[in-house]
Amino acid sequence: MAKKKDSVEKPDAGKILLEELTSEPGGQHSTARRIWRTLLVPVLAIFSGLVLGAILIAVTSESFYTTWGVSPFEAIKAGWNEARIAYGALFSGSIGDPAKIAAALQSGDGLEIRRAFNPIMESLTASTPYIFGALAVALGFRAGLFNIGAEGQLWVGAIFSVFIGYSITGLPAIIHIPLALLAGALGGALWGFIPGWLKAKTGGHEVINTIMMNYIAFRFADYLLTGPMQRPDSFSPVSPTIADSARLPKFFAAPIRFHLGFFIALGVAWLVYWFLFRTKWGFELRSVGFNPHAARYAGINIVNSTVLAMSLSGALAGLAGTNEVLGLNHNLAQAFSSGYGFDSIALALLGKSHPLGVVLASLLFGTLRNGATRMQVVAQIPIDIITVMQAFILVFIAAPAIIRTIYRLRVPVDEEGVSIRGWGGD
Amino acid sequence: MATTTLRREIEVISPTRQRVMGIVFLLLAAAIWFFFGRSTDTGLTTIFNLAPGGIDSNLPDWQVPTLATLNLLALVSAFFGGVQLVRGFGHQTNLILGLVAGFFIFAFLTWAAAGSSLNLAGLLNTTLSKAVPLTLGALSGVLSERAGVVNIAIEGMMLAAALVSALAGSLSGSLWVGLLAGILTGALLGLAHAILSIKYVTDQIISGVVINIFAGGITAFVSQSFMQKYQALNNPGIFRPFEIPLLSKIPILGPILFNNNLFVYAMFIFLILMQVALFYTRWGLRMRSVGENPKAADTLGINVFRTRYMAVILSGMMAGFAGSYFTIGSVGRFDEFMTAGRGFISLAAMIFGNWTPFGSFGAGLLFGFADSLSSKLAILGVNIPSHFLLMAPYLVTMIVLAGVVGRSQMPAADGQPYVKE
Repeated sequence: MAKKKDSVEKPDAGKILLEELTSEPGGQHSTARRIWRTLLVPVLAIFSGLVLGAILIAVTSESFYTTWGVSPFEAIKAGWNEARIAYGALFSGSIGDPAKIAAALQSGDGLEIRRAFNPIMESLTASTPYIFGALAVALGFRAGLFNIGAEGQLWVGAIFSVFIGYSITGLPAIIHIPLALLAGALGGALWGFIPGWLKAKTGGHEVINTIMMNYIAFRFADYLLTGPMQRPDSFSPVSPTIADSARLPKFFAAPIRFHLGFFIALGVAWLVYWFLFRTKWGFELRSVGFNPHAARYAGINIVNSTVLAMSLSGALAGLAGTNEVLGLNHNLAQAFSSGYGFDSIALALLGKSHPLGVVLASLLFGTLRNGATRMQVVAQIPIDIITVMQAFILVFIAAPAIIRTIYRLRVPVDEEGVSIRGWGGD
Repeated sequence: MATTTLRREIEVISPTRQRVMGIVFLLLAAAIWFFFGRSTDTGLTTIFNLAPGGIDSNLPDWQVPTLATLNLLALVSAFFGGVQLVRGFGHQTNLILGLVAGFFIFAFLTWAAAGSSLNLAGLLNTTLSKAVPLTLGALSGVLSERAGVVNIAIEGMMLAAALVSALAGSLSGSLWVGLLAGILTGALLGLAHAILSIKYVTDQIISGVVINIFAGGITAFVSQSFMQKYQALNNPGIFRPFEIPLLSKIPILGPILFNNNLFVYAMFIFLILMQVALFYTRWGLRMRSVGENPKAADTLGINVFRTRYMAVILSGMMAGFAGSYFTIGSVGRFDEFMTAGRGFISLAAMIFGNWTPFGSFGAGLLFGFADSLSSKLAILGVNIPSHFLLMAPYLVTMIVLAGVVGRSQMPAADGQPYVKE
């Protein structure tokens, strides 16, 4: 037994548990320093991810190869130029073009102003499903569970809510919207409950079970969209359109699509924070995630806690799908999710499984993804570059030692790793 | 290992399990009678063609009276159920379970093709080719998990290797270069997984997820930037099937097993090689000991880190080989996300196969069968949506994982990082 690693591995479980759960993290330091220390690695990780993305854009651009024959220096210049154009488009596509905004404000024309502000509003809209999804995965992490099944839960949530949306008509919006939201959450919760229950009762690992549940959900959705749920007048696999009364209200006229879902997401993020850190259930859930043995010893019912965590996580993921259906698409089609559930895993890790961090990470990612659509149009860079960057960022987050080596940072004394356990659990 | 065997014996002969299995057999027998037998008219026959399409054979079609066959299958299954309830099959329980499940599937086929014909040999042929990537992927999983490193990156490794082997094969004009490049890609991603999870002690599942995300992104990116623009970059050709003389003349099995391409033969070779290497050589013993109890292995002088690195890189190479199958082994071009989750099904096959090579192959065959059957159903005009049949592998995996068919025996230290003291 040597070195500090062991103090983490074989702790006096009860004492550490109590300290971890009651004290604010890093209590002895000043607030500014604490924030700095928490943000340093993520910010550097994001920065490095963007740099690597730029390099990838540069070396895969055609002008890089055509000028390579002239001189490598020219090629690097050409590549740099490509990356600059691409990132320029990324910025104007996600935040907006400052010149355009100024001109629009001066002209005072409503449509022009809306167009100028559309990119940033669209970024917020694009972030919304990520917030729900990442909250779902983060809640799982807090309970020591790896919910890879957010994508499937999101699909089931979408199926439930779209069904309530189109099959019921004549309800006032004030009842119809909450009902559809609730149905979506319920659908996701059901899909999370099953692997949670299996984990608690049989020990079947939730990673495998949620992956399997994903595919079952996809097949089920395929079946519904080509059969019982297909729009009667359509040959393509699309559900009927939901009633007007089930649509989440928009705040501005076209082209801005920003809708109530964003605020619901922020509200839910606050609720998750309150649940995790201010309620007894949240405390139990985190205790189980932190150290299941100590939690069991302290008399916490692990079965209930696991099932509750997976169901809530599923409900949150279900809301991600519901948000897209009720807020944007107003129907369910096979391509409605661009893998929100899978991206959410990365965002939960990036946000260190804290609701605030998760919201920030989701805003960043939604913004990047929205900007990438414009980048694809302007610079012909495939949108998947964002996924590659995301993978890089995630590597740096998951193995902070790499970032510290690159930037020659000191190792903090109480480095907290990403806390989940492998296959076997315990 | 002694305790493992002991535990399994106790489970197999536990009285509850005996009763549950007996009831399962009886239920299957009842299902054959209830769902299939009752809805079949007397006098119908089912014809099974015993030669895969396109091959001449002097083998006659096999013709059976539908209703009589169904009744016979139901009766035999019920008999097994009765024996199991009264006396129990003991160690043979799982074997009998397989047999009865086989009867059920056969009954289903007989019923589905009642009054018409079904190409049984063709079905088995498709099953085998669908089982190839699953089995190879599962072997990849066995390699790394036996050494205690969870590899859920098989999907990403396969996808990346599929792209690279198509690209390299097209650029060089040689399939072998393509294959080599695919294997190398797998090895590189395996190395990345090993460095992240062994050196940096990242959670192995997170490391795997990262590789999957990376592979999904980079393949879509490269495919859109280059391969869709220049079709010449995405035209590697495929390894053609070739007959093995003499063996391919064996009736029924010959044309199914011995008229295939490189990947199918390689799969059989790898199967045998790995079974022998894992369970009958010192190398295999060391690898398994690292997966079961790394601390003890370390104490005995086995280099845990080196063993794990080697296992994960080998696993990557195997996944790379499996990935190459998708492009240069079957369709001859790369499409985005063409692996379509087969890496994850491989993982399921590995679990279902109890972390053994032959078990993985059996599971791969089963999943491949469900897949090929679902496409056959539409042709036969059976009124069951193929979607539900496609769910079967996932459901089976969850049931197995829940311990219904006997508890799965995963390597004890699977997923646990090893930190030297």
